[in-house]
Amino acid sequence: MSEPTITLNVTRYRPGKDSAPTVQSYPVPYREDWVVLDALNHIKDQVDGTLSYRWSCRMGVCGSCGMMVNGVPKLTCAAFLRDYYPRPIRVEPLANFPIIRDLVIDISDFLDKLKSVKPWIIRKEEKPVTEGEYRQTPQELEAFHQFTQCINCMLCYAACPVYGLEPKFLGPAAIALGYRYNMDSRDQGKEQRAVIGNHDGIWDCTFVGECSVVCPKDVDPAAAIQRSKVDTTKNWFQSILMPWGQR
Amino acid sequence: MSGTRPEQSKLYHRKMPATWWLKKQSYFLFMLRELSSVFIALFLVVYLVQIYQLTKGPDAYIAFTQKLSSPGWILFHVVVLLFAVYHSITWFQSSAVVLPVRLGERLVPRQTVTALHIVAWAVVSLAVLILFLALKG
Repeated sequence: MSEPTITLNVTRYRPGKDSAPTVQSYPVPYREDWVVLDALNHIKDQVDGTLSYRWSCRMGVCGSCGMMVNGVPKLTCAAFLRDYYPRPIRVEPLANFPIIRDLVIDISDFLDKLKSVKPWIIRKEEKPVTEGEYRQTPQELEAFHQFTQCINCMLCYAACPVYGLEPKFLGPAAIALGYRYNMDSRDQGKEQRAVIGNHDGIWDCTFVGECSVVCPKDVDPAAAIQRSKVDTTKNWFQSILMPWGQR
Repeated sequence: MSGTRPEQSKLYHRKMPATWWLKKQSYFLFMLRELSSVFIALFLVVYLVQIYQLTKGPDAYIAFTQKLSSPGWILFHVVVLLFAVYHSITWFQSSAVVLPVRLGERLVPRQTVTALHIVAWAVVSLAVLILFLALKG
């Protein structure tokens, strides 16, 4: 009996040669325990070595292998063939990003935005190491813990129509990470993350909510953005009503 | 830091089609939610005109309300009501995301917060309806 196969319809784009992306079909062996990334690796190793895509850990940690699988942003290391078999699977580069080659996208815009929210602990004055660590209660940790789970896979950007229509939008992951540090009791750098409260920050978001739906780590960036809107509004009213009360 | 950036001229930029919101159910429902505000605004305009008729005396007001009882206007109000109900439910769902409720150490599930909002809304609506019927009677 011949081995069962499944077809992958993969986007190909060769810069300098192609004027627009095309689709190439690859029949690959169907294995119940294979994920889409395994199928791509099979194509790369056995069928067509020119296919380009990003991947690294194969275990949902590195965030490199995000692609559109049948139109939905997914980590291909977690998208099982058995969930699509026997129908063909469409594999495309993450939506809303420029394509460099085949399934590889340009992530520079995201990296710039990520850096702009200063996703690290900022202290007004660092205390010497000899004074020990900055301590935190479990309740203080819980205020931001889920947002620490972000792996920068950019699936939320691919799911966000606002980012697709308005590329200046700071975007879900960058705001969620900025919010994560703003909520951290050890941090004192909220003023330095003013970019979050700008027009291209939280106020561009219309709360479609798909960012939280596609997040493979259950981070819920939509909640971070909406809560930031409430915080920013409260701070604005406070600064108007009690200008002397600025901390 | 001068990171390596791909050559801009070699990148392929995809454009979002104008029909993007028809490609996914969640996008479509989002657009419905946004559209609902248009219908609610239209209703408010009609309502303001109705209140304005009061200043012109009882005859003008009665003539206007009779106009509103035509099938076309009734259909308009049914559509507005459906959009208003949908908008309110999505509002309560959003509220549960925006304002997490805690009971001691535990976080109240979002579905519970939404359900409580909807129950409170139904109770207030019922109270308003009873008050209206009592005043009318």
